[in-house]
Amino acid sequence: MSERKSAEVDGLVHPELAGVTVVEESGGDISRGEVILKGALAAGAVYGTLMVAPFVKSAFAMGGGTSDIDILNFALTLEYLESTFYEEAKKRVKASGELKALLPLLASDEKQHVEALEGTIKKLGGKPVAKPKFDFEYDDTAGFLKLAETFEDTGVGAYNGAAPSIRSKEVLGAAGSIVQVEARHAAAIRLQNGQEPAPSAFDPALEEKAVLKAVEPFIV
Amino acid sequence: MPDLDERSKRTSPPERSAIARLARDPVSRRRFMAVGGGTSLAAFLAACGGGGGSTTMATQKESMGGKGESETAEFGEGDIGILNYALTLEYLETVFYEEVVKSGLFKGEELAVLKKFGAEEAEHVEALSGTVKKLGGKPAARPKTEFPLKDAKSVAELAGTVENLGAAAYLGQATNIESPEVLAAALSIHSVEARHAATLNTLLGLSITPNGAFAAPADVKTVLKSVEPFIVG
Repeated sequence: MSERKSAEVDGLVHPELAGVTVVEESGGDISRGEVILKGALAAGAVYGTLMVAPFVKSAFAMGGGTSDIDILNFALTLEYLESTFYEEAKKRVKASGELKALLPLLASDEKQHVEALEGTIKKLGGKPVAKPKFDFEYDDTAGFLKLAETFEDTGVGAYNGAAPSIRSKEVLGAAGSIVQVEARHAAAIRLQNGQEPAPSAFDPALEEKAVLKAVEPFIV
Repeated sequence: MPDLDERSKRTSPPERSAIARLARDPVSRRRFMAVGGGTSLAAFLAACGGGGGSTTMATQKESMGGKGESETAEFGEGDIGILNYALTLEYLETVFYEEVVKSGLFKGEELAVLKKFGAEEAEHVEALSGTVKKLGGKPAARPKTEFPLKDAKSVAELAGTVENLGAAAYLGQATNIESPEVLAAALSIHSVEARHAATLNTLLGLSITPNGAFAAPADVKTVLKSVEPFIVG
């Protein structure tokens, strides 16, 4: 596999974000929901090459010591969660209309992601993490949609956060191919939920810690 | 948008929007619904193993930074070239949405969505041109464009085409980017274009994942060829 430059965390400037306002308002009112990045853009000079550094800072969460296999296993954990979640939802959620058509598609996509990641890890000579046991608590469609939105948005953030640390071009390409689908899912779920499909012009990268914190409550 | 409970009570697929009513065209639905036209798992794994792969993956391998002149050389060197290529596309999208909003073809919720997406593309323009400057490069010029704005249906379809293409374009360049910082920025935009694409597809009654579980990259030649009709002068 061809190598790409590994993330040089130490070489980056990480100035304080004090004075930069990143406010996210989301809700049913589309005209109001906006991430106010203007502060960040104005302060762009502080961040070296990037105008979107408030989000980029988290993108190096994986650190220099994380292997591609580790990253793939991190992704696999999330995909296990999503796959299990949607498989269950097919039976648990009384869906109609668009959501009814969407559920099998979501479940199928996540299942394929699980298979692809497991296969890739093995191909690289690694061992896929064991599938955790999950517990998803929701009473109705609204509850389901709320969780689905969290999972999909978190998935996008997780992939975007981990990707710059991936060493292999091929693995990076694969991760990009998956994250795009997660983002598509996220938008579709948000529309079902009466939320803005694309609340921000830039999707935040999430640190591994933050991702694991978000999914921990659902692992038993 | 109608509240969730109301929507879930419907027994037939809800008419999401006026666009959807106009777009309810059996031919388009057949063409675009995810009927297994997506990248197969085998092809996906082949890409990861560096194997030959199918035609679908051939494009991906081309975009995976092989030796020789960079695809985006006409836009500049290295990452600057990639950023300027992206910037060119973002200019197109920004202008397109501006014109669509002004056209009066859309109202209410749909108009709000299109306005919002246009505003986000404008933010992408700012971020990309700013980044090019920071890297010591010259931002690409805003191209002169002409978009057909005949009716709501064809405009919505064009928006969907452009957004899906944009997402594929970013994906196509991800593995060519040298700087992890530039990559992080590109990815944070790439997923938003994907959100846009899925939204337009939903409004049009098309599949949110036209290529199935694994999104397909598009190479520079394909992308530029697709947008060529809209660049004038």
